[in-house]
Amino acid sequence: MSTGASSGPPRGADRIAEAFARAASEDRAALIVYLTAGYPDPETSRACLRAAVEGGADIIEVGLPFSDPIMDGPTIQAANQVVLDAGIGLVEQLTIARDALAGSEVPAVAMTYVTVADTRGYARFAQDCADAGLDGVILPDLPVLESDVWRVAAEESGLATIFLASSVSSHERLDAIAAASDGWIYAIGLLGVTGVNAVDDGPTRELVAAIRDRTGTPVAVGIGVRDRETANQVAAFADGVIVGSAVLRAVADGEASGAAERVRTLVADLRSGMARG
Amino acid sequence: MSSTTTSAPERDAAGEPQREGYFGRFGGQFVPESLSGALTELTDAWHTASHDPAFLAELDDLRRNYGGRPTPLYRADRLGAEAGLEVWLKREDLAHTGSHKLNNVVGQALLTKRMGKPRLIAETGAGQHGVATATAAALFGLECTVYMGAEDCRRQRLNVVRMQLLGAEVVPVESGTRTLKDAINEAMRDWVTNVETTHYLIGSAMGPHPFPTMVRELQKVISIEMRTQFAAQAGGSPDAVIACVGGGSNAIGSFADWIDEPAVRLIGVEAAGEGIGSGRSAATLSEGREAVLHGSRSIVLVDDEGQVLPAHSISAGLDYPGVGPEHAWLASTGRGEYVGATDEDALHGFRRTCELEGIIPALEPAHAVGWLLRHGREHLGEDARVILNMSGRGDKDVDEVVRVAGWDVGVERAFRTESDS
Repeated sequence: MSTGASSGPPRGADRIAEAFARAASEDRAALIVYLTAGYPDPETSRACLRAAVEGGADIIEVGLPFSDPIMDGPTIQAANQVVLDAGIGLVEQLTIARDALAGSEVPAVAMTYVTVADTRGYARFAQDCADAGLDGVILPDLPVLESDVWRVAAEESGLATIFLASSVSSHERLDAIAAASDGWIYAIGLLGVTGVNAVDDGPTRELVAAIRDRTGTPVAVGIGVRDRETANQVAAFADGVIVGSAVLRAVADGEASGAAERVRTLVADLRSGMARG
Repeated sequence: MSSTTTSAPERDAAGEPQREGYFGRFGGQFVPESLSGALTELTDAWHTASHDPAFLAELDDLRRNYGGRPTPLYRADRLGAEAGLEVWLKREDLAHTGSHKLNNVVGQALLTKRMGKPRLIAETGAGQHGVATATAAALFGLECTVYMGAEDCRRQRLNVVRMQLLGAEVVPVESGTRTLKDAINEAMRDWVTNVETTHYLIGSAMGPHPFPTMVRELQKVISIEMRTQFAAQAGGSPDAVIACVGGGSNAIGSFADWIDEPAVRLIGVEAAGEGIGSGRSAATLSEGREAVLHGSRSIVLVDDEGQVLPAHSISAGLDYPGVGPEHAWLASTGRGEYVGATDEDALHGFRRTCELEGIIPALEPAHAVGWLLRHGREHLGEDARVILNMSGRGDKDVDEVVRVAGWDVGVERAFRTESDS
């Protein structure tokens, strides 16, 4: 839902909605693939982003590294640190995303932490993301209650803001998340950080149902989708499935020259598990 | 969110009504959604408990009969003569576990029991908060895990052993800068994962609401005692209250009861490491900028891209690139004055406190002593009466101090004979 501008939902939200609609028309969940921009190096990173699209990702999450990523487990932490240690800054990260994804019908959103967006200035950060062709932003440590200023900036730049919802979110908070989130609502699949444990099936199903009671915005489940099996299990009850650490492990698991091929293979395999029924 | 806790500021610098959990523009609750339930539960539990006479009586009993409060206020004449000031030391180093940390920990541990959670986790820098948390966990029969930067485990070995003796699991954190900031990250990740059974007992006046307010209220006992003791022993109010600032819990506890008395200057001494502008400092309020770190908006050492910069200090307890949001607010309004003391100032303060007063201070308050000896008189004027919060004792620091300073002390010196020298 838009935060009330007369121009309607941001342009990014439209592109994201179309991606979910395409998947739904094929009776399957949308596959959302996370990759850290600049990891393990700029060239391989571009190749991996393209490979994710070629492998069948419906939406891309572009991770913009932060020094203190408290929602991330060891895999994404390590990838963040590699990029920061290499001195690859935000402008270069966004350029990598733009170069890799320009012209694609697959929408892409930035995934980073509030400190990165806030320190740059919300308006400038939002415009930088939009200029790089991104369609939305996920800030996992920015709850709706703290997000008023950010949402104005995002909307002015045509970006969707995807908020996270948890099985421990109160009814009131779910109401606020459902009302504020554009593009999709990111349902957290477990209590924990990325890349460690598997989706907690029962509470996650209940969470997805609770969100659907409140809004028609698609619901995608992330954190805890480790492999084709969990992806397939989640695809049965969610509109989208988000895979991150597993993809980065494929990137890291061998020579950089083969990383794109490993990503393409994994994404294609995950995508084949999106079908329902 | 429940209603506000006891005495959060009701006005900001512009006189605007205050948002809950905010100090002016600083504070807030920037955390993953998975923690929302726990923070609401904690805010409510603290609100209820802090108005419950039974809770307050239990806290008071534990503070007195277990924790050794009130701690003395002592006129340090020899240190005062060297500083050219009338110097009083608030002896938090004499409290149980050797620092002010237990004031906060006992309160939060009681809350943990009330919330029915069986497990405590904590971050620690110098190990004083970890030891205090491990102590309360033993006292209340709670499970306890303490995250400590690997670098800090090395320089505060004694406290690692103390925590283990008290039954806590100490987890060295190898990520990032391997110090306090990274220990907090790891504790946050544990909390996100185990939030239903675990209370994250944050040790400083930082983090998401309600921690900065709750920790201040639990540490406020320091300034409440100071006020009564100073009036009885010295008469009137001091000209200044001085405390070291890392995250800022001993400082906010020392300042809290004086904030509404503008004649009393509030001076926070940050760790300036190798000097302001050296690029190796932890003087956040002097060198940082507005940013979000560890759940609240405050002043932080970050670069232009929002990446958190490594802090540096000889003191593991002050080696933190952020500061509690209320200190950022006090600095922004001018009510608090924040200055820096270098590693070398701290070593000077450490040595002179040993030699002049027979007190081995922790390296953290040694920064405040060092600043007072070298800059106090010019800053405060002749004959000013000051209270310095001696926030902890220095047993934990002796190995590191000798290693860094190269002083001729140690077992080897004791065994050295005339012919060796």
